[in-house]
Amino acid sequence: MSITRRKFLSWLGAATAGTTLGKTASAASNKNFSGYPNSMGVLFDNTRCIGCRKCEEGCNTVNELPAPELPFDDLSILETKRRTTAKAYTIVNRYDTVSNARVKGPLYRKVQCNHCLEPACASACFVRAFTKTPKGAVIYDASVCVGCRYCMIACPFEIPTYEYDEPLTPRVMKCTLCSPRIEKGLLPGCVQACPTEALTFGKRTDLLDLARQRIAKFPDRYVDHIYGENEMGGTSWLYLSAVPYEEVGMREDLGITPAPNLTSGALLGVPIVAGLWPVLLTGIYAMSKRKEKIANQETAEAVAAAIEQTNAEAKAKHAKEVEQMQKMKQKEIENAVKKALEEAAKPEAEDASDTQTEEADKKPSEEDS
Amino acid sequence: MSDEAATTSKSLFTPFNMVAGIIVILGLIVTVLRFTKGLGPVTNLSDYNPWGIWIGFDLLVGVALAAGGFVTSAAVYIFGMKKYHAAVRPAILTGFLGYALVVVALHYDVGRPWRLPYPFIMQQGTTSLLFEVAACVALYLTVLFIEFSPAAMEWLGLKRARSIVVRLTLLLTIFGVILSTLHQSSLGALFLIAPAKLHPLWYSPYLPVYFFVSAIIAGLSMVIFESTLSHQYFAHKMDETHLKEKDTVALGFGKAASLVLAGYFITKVIGISAGNNWHLLATHYGLWYLVELLGFVALPCFLYAVGVRDKNIKLIRWTAAWTVLGIMVNRLNISLVAFNWHLPSSERYFPHWMEIVISVFLVTVGIIAFRFIVTRMPILYSHPDYEDH
Repeated sequence: MSITRRKFLSWLGAATAGTTLGKTASAASNKNFSGYPNSMGVLFDNTRCIGCRKCEEGCNTVNELPAPELPFDDLSILETKRRTTAKAYTIVNRYDTVSNARVKGPLYRKVQCNHCLEPACASACFVRAFTKTPKGAVIYDASVCVGCRYCMIACPFEIPTYEYDEPLTPRVMKCTLCSPRIEKGLLPGCVQACPTEALTFGKRTDLLDLARQRIAKFPDRYVDHIYGENEMGGTSWLYLSAVPYEEVGMREDLGITPAPNLTSGALLGVPIVAGLWPVLLTGIYAMSKRKEKIANQETAEAVAAAIEQTNAEAKAKHAKEVEQMQKMKQKEIENAVKKALEEAAKPEAEDASDTQTEEADKKPSEEDS
Repeated sequence: MSDEAATTSKSLFTPFNMVAGIIVILGLIVTVLRFTKGLGPVTNLSDYNPWGIWIGFDLLVGVALAAGGFVTSAAVYIFGMKKYHAAVRPAILTGFLGYALVVVALHYDVGRPWRLPYPFIMQQGTTSLLFEVAACVALYLTVLFIEFSPAAMEWLGLKRARSIVVRLTLLLTIFGVILSTLHQSSLGALFLIAPAKLHPLWYSPYLPVYFFVSAIIAGLSMVIFESTLSHQYFAHKMDETHLKEKDTVALGFGKAASLVLAGYFITKVIGISAGNNWHLLATHYGLWYLVELLGFVALPCFLYAVGVRDKNIKLIRWTAAWTVLGIMVNRLNISLVAFNWHLPSSERYFPHWMEIVISVFLVTVGIIAFRFIVTRMPILYSHPDYEDH
């Protein structure tokens, strides 16, 4: 196979766009993925379902799943509400009390993977084990699955199940829309087995048209809502019902936001944090370093000033002391001189009177002190 | 070291060792069961409840409580609050052991643990918040290991290697804060994809912000809590600086925790307003939400503030323990209590006793490792041969 330059560039472009934008996570944009063109789907009309469990059987056969505890023709199991399990990709539940007066008898609900246009499981999987094929199926690759079960947390329809009892090779188990059969041009196992045409396989766009026609034709028979047209951004499985979907166990509070959009905002924060935090933190570090430096400088300056002041004070004190000492010395010298003079004069006065001399001697010394 | 060996052999049958020993033996038995029989026999996990306490407690609580490492190292090395230096090593050690045990716990929880590197080496699911969590936790565990390694190198006398690692301190700290911001918030963002399953009072577009902010609170409180316990049991291992800075750390971190709790409280109230969920407060779930918001956010915020004002170290310590409990309540609420709230009680999850055994086992292993390390390596004291970094 030869690769032309144009082809190579287009691949490159697609790869870049795929990794940088990623059609599964584009919240803040006007882009809207409304499913692969010509993708297939199934329409389930609960006014036609008779609860025969033939679809369960068909699914079990084509997927080679283990035999159920009760055989498929035993309808007593419909007394309990079931869910999909690792051994049953699809199940049928019965709802006895319904509000539509035109409906005689119970209504049934078939549960299986809805094959979302933008699947929550695929968006949540950290090893990309889930793929939405262009034909419409959401398929799972057990060869890379780590078994974190985040897909089961993410799925709003509570479809994926897990082989908890497998110690070494547990897999996530769910409906594949019989993807291998579709690729071969065959019908999904459940659709093929349905005896009442409650299930219709076809292009999703055609199925939407068909559903609208049925509602238009029999407005009393159906509620005016095609479940799956917009739920969680739209699903490949579509539903028609005689009663509000809540009454047959289908949640009507899921909203129309595709699952990837719920997390894309948080993902946008990653490059922001990774880009800005280093700048911010280095800045804070630089600021605290600078503050420290300035504080050290100021301390050093203050210390220097304090030392200088102390020195000056000490100098002044010293000078004063020196002065005082000098004064004292001066006085002492003066006294000594005085004393010497007096003593020199003493022998002359000794003759006059002894007592008088003693008094004269004492007086100046008292004055000194 | 010979001293050390003598004391350990002397006190082999202490109550601590006995209890820890029993838990470890039980844990090992359940470990064998888990890896030979699969998740089914040892857990109460179901198709409705794919995540139990190994995610809710071991991963979510574990990662939140291990936030002390990045909070403390950021305070000291980036914000320059050198007076908390003595708290860095114990916090890094707690963080490192916490993250290591989180990764060990994940090996129990995922179906094929040997494939844990697949998201990096096989196919990158970059649209998944779990990919971000996995990448950041793996990188951050490495960062924590390197940040912790100087203590081990001082113990082993590897001077040259230590001096190289010490020079990387600032770089590692910044890297650690980035990674922590990313994965702490992403753990909350994991639940953004399931608005239909998480009770609207707990579901909020602000979940990543809540998880990040409350991780800071958890980190601050864990440092105080851990230092209280360390002081109780390893006081003889602490040097003078450590003993002196202990109360400084409690006061400073208590003050910070009070402030962050106040901010957290306000963002929570904004969250209720933004979702216009006031009417839900009058329901059973609302009552429980109020217990969390008032009892485990507003109350510790107030008690921390009083403790700091009165310099009441004892009150700060009790508040730290209460706050740590509050973080556990919050993480378990989001992952288990308020998750799948729409299901009938027969379909709700309650942990199998063997799941609890594994969680307790892992916490015990963490405590044993902590004790082993602080009694040997310079964690609670500075090594006399080395300068602080």
